[in-house]
Amino acid sequence: MKLLAVETATDACSAALSIEGAISERYELASKDHTQLILPMLDGLVNEAGLQPADLEGLAFGRGPGSFTGVRIATGIIQGLALGLDLLVVPVSTLAAIAQDYFDHHDENVAFVAMDARMGEIFWGVYQRDAKGFAQLMGEEAVTPPGLVEFPELSGVGLGTGWGVYQAALLERLGDQITHFESDHLPRARAIAALGQRGFDLGQAVPVEQAMPVYLRDKVAKKESER
Amino acid sequence: MYVLGIETSCDETGVAIYHPKQGLISHFLYSQIDMHSEYGGVVPELASRDHIRKLVPLIKQTLLDSHLSSRMIGGIAYTAGPGLMGALLVGAATARSLAWAWRVPAIAVHHMEGHLLAPMLEENAPQFPFVALLISGGHTLLVRVAGIGDYQLLGESLDDAAGEAFDKTAKLLGLGYPGGPKLSELARHGKPAFTFPRPMTDRPGLDFSFSGLKTFTLNTFNASEKSAQDKADIAEAFQTAVSETLVIKCRRALQQTGLARLVVAGGVSANKQIRAALTEMVLKEKADIYFPRPQFCTDNGAMIAYAGCQRLLAGQQQDLRIFARPRWPMGELSNCQ
Ligand SMILES: Nc1ncnc2c1ncn2[C@@H]1O[C@H](COP(=O)(O)OP(=O)(O)OP(=O)(O)O)[C@@H](O)[C@H]1O
Ligand SMILES: [Mg+2]
Repeated sequence: MKLLAVETATDACSAALSIEGAISERYELASKDHTQLILPMLDGLVNEAGLQPADLEGLAFGRGPGSFTGVRIATGIIQGLALGLDLLVVPVSTLAAIAQDYFDHHDENVAFVAMDARMGEIFWGVYQRDAKGFAQLMGEEAVTPPGLVEFPELSGVGLGTGWGVYQAALLERLGDQITHFESDHLPRARAIAALGQRGFDLGQAVPVEQAMPVYLRDKVAKKESER
Repeated sequence: MYVLGIETSCDETGVAIYHPKQGLISHFLYSQIDMHSEYGGVVPELASRDHIRKLVPLIKQTLLDSHLSSRMIGGIAYTAGPGLMGALLVGAATARSLAWAWRVPAIAVHHMEGHLLAPMLEENAPQFPFVALLISGGHTLLVRVAGIGDYQLLGESLDDAAGEAFDKTAKLLGLGYPGGPKLSELARHGKPAFTFPRPMTDRPGLDFSFSGLKTFTLNTFNASEKSAQDKADIAEAFQTAVSETLVIKCRRALQQTGLARLVVAGGVSANKQIRAALTEMVLKEKADIYFPRPQFCTDNGAMIAYAGCQRLLAGQQQDLRIFARPRWPMGELSNCQ
């Protein structure tokens, strides 16, 4: 299938086109320029493959967690495409994408993914490589102070910006379950495409109305009655 | 050309389809007011989260209602600013990618140009040139309008916008959010017990200032017994002061420009007393007055579809970049002629 994937939840901005599993990708560290870059990236990928937007057969996007605005840029774009091209969508976890990209390029089977969520918290998820090589969530994703993360008794690598900001607290909590950590991994669209294709194969694609962000941090303001 | 218009700059999701010959084909609005009222005002992050839930269903509903096939849509207009960044981005990203998918042009619309042109959707639409009074939640502007994109700023508020003054005064009186309509409802029960100042009317010029009026209201309220009747009287005095101030400035603007057409738009133009006072003034000035229908005074997709359509017809369009500008002075708009 011809699947288009976008990922804009962090400082990294990327798009990928998967044609029968062969993935091409555009990736840039953009911090604030996602809005300028992302559609030209998609357009470039589709043109290069000699395709039209109408030739696309499926969509995937990084549904979060991450920057709220960044996650909504990807969601908005994918909703526009899903509506305009009448396509189904696989929402993919950005934490899973970080783990997947690492599994695809290293000999590691477990990843403890921590993304800085500001306000003293991280976005947290533990992933294990399954028999087919795909990142599989162990337990649940959460937004949590680093000292309170929950995890299975497995040993593996620490990934993500959370490990840069909160390494002391995380190492204290996880101890020698961590082989080493790398804090510079950001989610990217080639992994979103791979997991998106997997989602289609498993029948997990959803209609546009269900292509929604996952913020994890759901309490963002206090009602007058709560003040 | 059928143009799809998308508005998400603040707390309403609006979608409409407009055709230059057939007029407005279909329009829908989803207001977030009930959600924000629990918080005493608009929470920007919650506004963005709601837009992304509501926008696509609303586009589908509008298309369905129009009985058009999506292939007949010839362009997409989206509000690019001014407004809340996160909220604008939802509409801009969705609209721009939808236009890419459909292979049609996209155009970024200035929200205040939308408000300004909203009276063009009425049967009795004004001819250019005219003086426009824009009174909304974030703006108070007097503009000389010679054509689409040809705007000369005559005056503006140096502090609070008219709608903001209504909202803050309403909050002071314990009326909840959004205050404008509630305050105006309460004012109906008010007697003329107080006289409030008409800010900046005693000197020449077309600028406004509403923050002094707000302070005066606060002091009057604190000195009163705060009874229900006091509140109604204060609401009445406040509304009359705003209304007369607007009348004085608009009369001055008509005389100064020598124009005989006044267009009034933006949320506050839904206010009945203000409509009546301005209508009375233009009669005496032998000028004509134009309002949007009350529904199109506040934010909506129809005005964006209309404004975008005019610019698309003039050959303008945006490239693939998603355009969102929370602050965007109207003077930077390009002329369409
Ligand atoms: N009947 C009324 N009387 C007075 N004010 C009103 C009335 N109806 C609405 N308003 C005011 O209009 C404002 C909302 O108008 P609108 O939706 O045009 O503003 P906005 O979109 O928030 O701001 P802007 O257009 O400047 O970005 C609010 O301040 C509201 O209180
Ligand atoms: Mg408005």
